[in-house]
Amino acid sequence: MVKKVLMTGNEAIARGAYEAGVTVATAYPGTPSTEILENVGKHYDQISAEWSPNEKVALEVGIGAAIVGARTLVAMKHVGVNVAADPLMSFTYTGVNGGLVLVSADDPGMHSSQNEQDNRLLGKFAKIPILEPADSGEAKDFLIQAFELSEKFDTPVLFRMTTRTSHAQSLVELAERNEVGLKPYQKNSMKNVMLPAHARLRHPVVEERLLKLAEFNETSNFNKTEMQDKEIGIITSGAVYQYVKEVLPTASVLKLGMTYPLPKKLITEFIASVETCYVIEELEPFIEDQIKVWGLKIIGKEIFPLIGEFSPQIIAKAFGKEFSTLKQTETLPVRPPVLCPGCTHRSVFYVIGKLKLRVSGDIGCYTLAAAPPLNGMDTCICMGASISAAHGMEKARGREFAAGTVAVIGDSTFMHSGITGLMDIVYNGGTSTIIILDNDITAMTGQQENPATGITLKQQLTRKVDLELLCRSLGVERVRSVDAYDVNAIEKAIKEEIGVAEPSVIIIHRPCVLLKGKGPNSLVYINQDKCRACGICAKIGCPAIVFKGSKVPIINENLCNGCLVCVQVCQFGALGEVK
Amino acid sequence: MHNFNILIVGVGGQGTILASRIIGAVAAEVAKDVKISEIHGMSQRGGSVVTQVRFSDKVYSPVIAEGTADVILAFEELEAFRWYPYLKKQGLMLMNNQEIDPMPVIMGKIAYPENIKDKMSEVEVVSVPALLLATQAGNAKAVNVVLIGVLAKRLGFEKFVWQKALKANVPAKFLNVNEEAFDLGYNLYE
Repeated sequence: MVKKVLMTGNEAIARGAYEAGVTVATAYPGTPSTEILENVGKHYDQISAEWSPNEKVALEVGIGAAIVGARTLVAMKHVGVNVAADPLMSFTYTGVNGGLVLVSADDPGMHSSQNEQDNRLLGKFAKIPILEPADSGEAKDFLIQAFELSEKFDTPVLFRMTTRTSHAQSLVELAERNEVGLKPYQKNSMKNVMLPAHARLRHPVVEERLLKLAEFNETSNFNKTEMQDKEIGIITSGAVYQYVKEVLPTASVLKLGMTYPLPKKLITEFIASVETCYVIEELEPFIEDQIKVWGLKIIGKEIFPLIGEFSPQIIAKAFGKEFSTLKQTETLPVRPPVLCPGCTHRSVFYVIGKLKLRVSGDIGCYTLAAAPPLNGMDTCICMGASISAAHGMEKARGREFAAGTVAVIGDSTFMHSGITGLMDIVYNGGTSTIIILDNDITAMTGQQENPATGITLKQQLTRKVDLELLCRSLGVERVRSVDAYDVNAIEKAIKEEIGVAEPSVIIIHRPCVLLKGKGPNSLVYINQDKCRACGICAKIGCPAIVFKGSKVPIINENLCNGCLVCVQVCQFGALGEVK
Repeated sequence: MHNFNILIVGVGGQGTILASRIIGAVAAEVAKDVKISEIHGMSQRGGSVVTQVRFSDKVYSPVIAEGTADVILAFEELEAFRWYPYLKKQGLMLMNNQEIDPMPVIMGKIAYPENIKDKMSEVEVVSVPALLLATQAGNAKAVNVVLIGVLAKRLGFEKFVWQKALKANVPAKFLNVNEEAFDLGYNLYE
């Protein structure tokens, strides 16, 4: 009997890479893609798996591996592909040799992202085939076929997952690994050195490849036609297929597994065979636009949302069906995510608030400090933008403005793309104060290692980037380190550094409180007689300090771990450490 | 077998994902098809979280539509109330009787809703002192497994299937505590 195992889509991709004979895998962590490489690293020793400092590096490492003949997996979240777009747009010209599959895990609904871009558009932009599995079983099967496709057509393949395919579990049939080995490598500069004379010869190859891929897709087994009731026909892909089957069990369905380049004949015939044809896809009208360009009649974004994640009820609603539901009419307190009790980011944002500074922010757990009561962020755009944007603010509004502004960035994000921004500040005579929140880990995505951690994905010790030396080597003369739990020292450091008209870096260090065995292990008490109900401890936004119906707080001993930041903030000695 | 839908709701960090994996492992033993949906990332930092388990002869969607859950396994009262409309009429709300204040309540901006149990009158509510029982078992974090014990009794599949799923999904050094927590939940209601 074939063994069937419950796996998330991300686990299935890792398994698929193993079975496909992949030997090199790279990624930068990002929800919802992170567990792909974690699983490769944990379970499949035959694959060299590593965290790259960012997605551009991840893809470039992958490109090198593929060109010299290895089957290679590269994984990232949707916005990571923006970072990797530069190599991707030329790699599409050179082609692969060993197969290369680029997994893009999109996040419709923005469960954990700063935008909800539909990366099928990037696949089309790069003129490479796009595969969209609908569950974990397909994720594994499609991935193996993706490597064959990649090698057959000499092209990278965009493998588009979404939160609901990456983080949903379904049954997967396991198979043995196919040891394909390395493909032969021969130097071929006409193909692999992209200078104008060569690239001009490669571009027509890309266009021909696209035509051949479209022809291949007419009969490829990535697509599936399920003819039933001919009154309604649905063209769909990915997780949305599952919702369609749930809501419209009798409709005819053309399920597209390869959504670029589209099979014109297959689609035309399907549309002709049903009375009314709908295209149902999350986010962009990607399939729909192409069909409309062909002049065929379909209904799509006229009735289905352009924004957000789909669900069975959204599709039902578009067809005028309603689920009868119980009513809950009360306005409930929202439960937004918060910085953990004992979080090493809390103190610095308290100080920034106290000093009324503007914050050029960045991406990580500390982005949660943008919410009340810390209100600690003016901008947050993309990985690394905190530093360069702070420089732009100074260039626009001058030194005085810079003296009231700090850039705040985590260690992993600084490794990812903060270094070049800092170099720019030094090079172009900026005076910004940069605060690096160094908690020894990539925390938001669930504790992944990075070059400043000193440990690899495979849990091997490695050379650790010395942040202080790195900043000095870029030409920053004022670099200092401060303990993340020392509120006064943080305040002193920030006041001094913003007051100096030259670039400065403050590294605020403490291991993430969620790292096993690294957090504080103490407890705070409140002396209610000393408390003057001034509310200053409310400003740090700690979930362990509770103000229910009273201005004198109580300490939730189940949550408090004794970081003692609140003790330092209190002016009346009402909070203390339980000895 | 008709589609059986279980929604697991709670607060990020309470162990809802582990719970869904244990239930999913049981479902994989008793049904032909299973799907589970999880949410990782930002909401795990103390936010409202939901995971979903569906099993049947054939399951398409990994997510449960509003009004179609057979059971909600709620790790916290406010989250039970928030997700209540996902239950079928006459569905079962299996609820840990614990209150965890969200930030707006902690800050005193809005009150925690009162009498939540009574407000969900259209469904069967089973209130479980899961935190107390988990603490009795030896670890307050075993709230999830206490609730799974109660659910196991209600769903009625063979007990050893649940025990096997537990063993396969919890770290070996916590197995004893979790087995104790499971039994306390399992034996809570006859």
